[in-house]
Amino acid sequence: MSLNIIVLAKQVPDTRNVGKDAMKEDGTINRAALPAIFNPEDLNALEQALRLKDANPGSTITLLTMGLPRASEIIREAIYRGADSGIVLTDRVLGGADTLATSYSLAQAVRKFGKYDIILGGRQAIDGDTAQVGPQIAEKLRIPQVTYAEEIIELKDGYVTVKRRLENGVETVKAPLPCVVTVNGSAPACRPRNAMRVQKYKYAVSPSEAAKLSDSQKALLEKRPYLNLKEWSAAYVDADPAQIGLPGSPTKVKAIENVVFTAKDCRVLSDNDAEIEDLIKELITNHTIG
Amino acid sequence: MANFYTDNPDLRHHLTHPLMEKIVALKERNYTDAEKFDYAPLDYADAQDSYDKVLEIVGEICGDIIAPNAEDVDHQGPRVENGRVIYADKTQENLEACRKAGLMGMAMPRRYGGLNFPITPYIMAADIVSRADTGFENLWGLQDCAETIYEFADEAQKEKFITRVCQGETMSMDLTEPDAGSDLQSVMLKATEQPDGTWLLNGVKRFITNGDSDIHLVLARSEAGTKDGRGLSMFIYDKRDGGVNVRRIENKMGIKGSPTCELTYKNAKAVLCGSRRLGLIKYVMALMNGARLGIAAQSVGVSELAYREALAYARDRKQFGKAIIEFPAVYEMLSVMKAKLDASRSLLYACARYVDIYKIYDDLAKERSLTPEERKESKYYSRLADALTPLAKGMGSEYCNQNAYDCIQIHGGSGFMKDYACERLYRDARITSIYEGTTQLQVVAAIRHVTTGTYLNLINEYNSEEIKPELQSLKDRLVAMTERYAKAVEAVTAVEDSAYGDFMARRLVEMAGVIVMSYLLLLDANRNESFKRSAEIYTNLAEAEVCKHADFIANFKPAEVEIYKVD
Repeated sequence: MSLNIIVLAKQVPDTRNVGKDAMKEDGTINRAALPAIFNPEDLNALEQALRLKDANPGSTITLLTMGLPRASEIIREAIYRGADSGIVLTDRVLGGADTLATSYSLAQAVRKFGKYDIILGGRQAIDGDTAQVGPQIAEKLRIPQVTYAEEIIELKDGYVTVKRRLENGVETVKAPLPCVVTVNGSAPACRPRNAMRVQKYKYAVSPSEAAKLSDSQKALLEKRPYLNLKEWSAAYVDADPAQIGLPGSPTKVKAIENVVFTAKDCRVLSDNDAEIEDLIKELITNHTIG
Repeated sequence: MANFYTDNPDLRHHLTHPLMEKIVALKERNYTDAEKFDYAPLDYADAQDSYDKVLEIVGEICGDIIAPNAEDVDHQGPRVENGRVIYADKTQENLEACRKAGLMGMAMPRRYGGLNFPITPYIMAADIVSRADTGFENLWGLQDCAETIYEFADEAQKEKFITRVCQGETMSMDLTEPDAGSDLQSVMLKATEQPDGTWLLNGVKRFITNGDSDIHLVLARSEAGTKDGRGLSMFIYDKRDGGVNVRRIENKMGIKGSPTCELTYKNAKAVLCGSRRLGLIKYVMALMNGARLGIAAQSVGVSELAYREALAYARDRKQFGKAIIEFPAVYEMLSVMKAKLDASRSLLYACARYVDIYKIYDDLAKERSLTPEERKESKYYSRLADALTPLAKGMGSEYCNQNAYDCIQIHGGSGFMKDYACERLYRDARITSIYEGTTQLQVVAAIRHVTTGTYLNLINEYNSEEIKPELQSLKDRLVAMTERYAKAVEAVTAVEDSAYGDFMARRLVEMAGVIVMSYLLLLDANRNESFKRSAEIYTNLAEAEVCKHADFIANFKPAEVEIYKVD
């Protein structure tokens, strides 16, 4: 059975290798000091997609990402590893989106995409750590969702069986297709880039990148249509201007603070409710939470 | 998140050597393959960009997967069950990563699914893989047995086997037997022709690296009643046909992840590769030259890791109130390690470039007849490749052993414990100066280039290249070293005594070797400032070596060989 697989991915600043200059004086991220990378858990999701494709020859994997035009870098990266094509959803009016506006915009893009069997994505992105976008897309598309997936055990007869990694163990669930599956970082790492595919697709560009090319490079794009990546605007996916970008984002950043952990000791509690309640009260009193 | 290619700018320096432009244009037939294959380069810059990008994949897999797995592989090692080898778990993971990345038929033509890389970038990948895990480099690097199939097998065999290698099947070369090690003329494995034209193999092979591979090249005696090399032919055995079992694997000192097998052949079906009787005298010689270049690359990878491990420890370790790297005794060791590393690497890639040119001409000659100039050039580079291969293998492997030794020395007592990578490295390094011909046999292969003047001619050619004025004083010293070398050669060859000649051979070969490497570093420094330091340090070392050998030869009376004889 050949499948139509969508993989949701995000290009993020590499917050795992943070140097001294990673933050500006005002507490915002100094993007110039952090390389933009493929969000790590989205790579885990891509590997699950590639395994589905290995098991179901003829399947196609489309990477869908929302971001700046340069997010086409992660589409090339995914194609090098075995994805078939990709779409960058990019538009000035999409900027400043919180998870609600992001999931709406991506859900619109999925609708525009048409028929699909399964949507895979990373559990969360390392720049926001919300883990909300995947589940919200499922809600907006009114399809089931499976979160914290570690392995897709089986996909047949219109159902997918997934092993989930939970705090204290694993759970195996079955969901009807189409559905959204968000993949945990504990799932197998993504396979490497393939040498032949890198050579074949290294000149693949989005329309905004193509505009900057020389005539001979443009000629190559005409000769080899597969080198043309897709770029979609908000209008193209019929997005409601009120639900996208800043206007569509109820989340407002109040302040960004640099938090320095000062406590060096740890306290071990028993599972006694009273003890836990006492701790919560203490944390509220000293404004750690609440 | 380590990348063993991008963290080492020396590699890119060698990859972009001026001679590469000619090599790539020849290899890519002036870039006409781009019409047939969508991943073929459009021009030289595009080809270089592709090599760079693919080596980045190699570097990433090595840094993120193969190197972190090396310790586990060393501990677990492979095992034998029911006549089959089961690799260590992490070895399987390494192989899978290389297969998925499409790195298993790098130098093979595109029509079989290969990447059509010249030898130079392919050897660079071997250098990188060896730094990550020396033993794994064997399993991965045996893909160059496919080169022998490409050169000598018929089209149907190429189509069948090379395609499978490119898809990730592994290879082995089954040459050694209990009574045929360095002396392969004594191979006894029996090949019997069947009415259908296939052959049956019967007998035993020993010390076979990756002996349970998918596709074997086997040296066997096809001509009953013969006793020497002229009765041997080359065969291809396909594991899918069955008949070869692994009796046991050796318990080795190092490269433990690489299974070294004893094989039994019981009516194992095989096909003849190339012509009868040419197995040893032609095909194994070609196979060996490729394998020796592979070991030279493996040795450079070991040297690289030894240097890096030693450097990191010396910076970190504090004694007497300061980091030990600040003590002259330690920083001298480190700088000499780096100079030996740089010298052997420059020699490796010089050799790889020469191999590239003549092999591409050989291949081109199958498509059209070469012009007289091309034939001349092919012959010239073939001779240089033949001269530099035993030097690169012989001296590179000795240097990597010396570097592994010094790496432990810099670690002091901690280096003797199993806690640091340097002890594994020390064990892994040891085989490089033994297999594919011991250092002593590399001298045998190299000495004729001393006596016929190949090295001296090459040195003179290097000497004729223009260099920057600030390097002139270094060059002057090399000229003086060359004179001493030429005099020593003259003195030894003037004595007509073969025992004396053999006795002095290693000294002469080493003199040639250190001078060639000094010149290569000088030319590297001329092209790239960062090599100047190693060029100077290596020249100091080389000068001392030349003096030592020249003095020994001058003070030695040929009759003295007698006192060395041992009953």
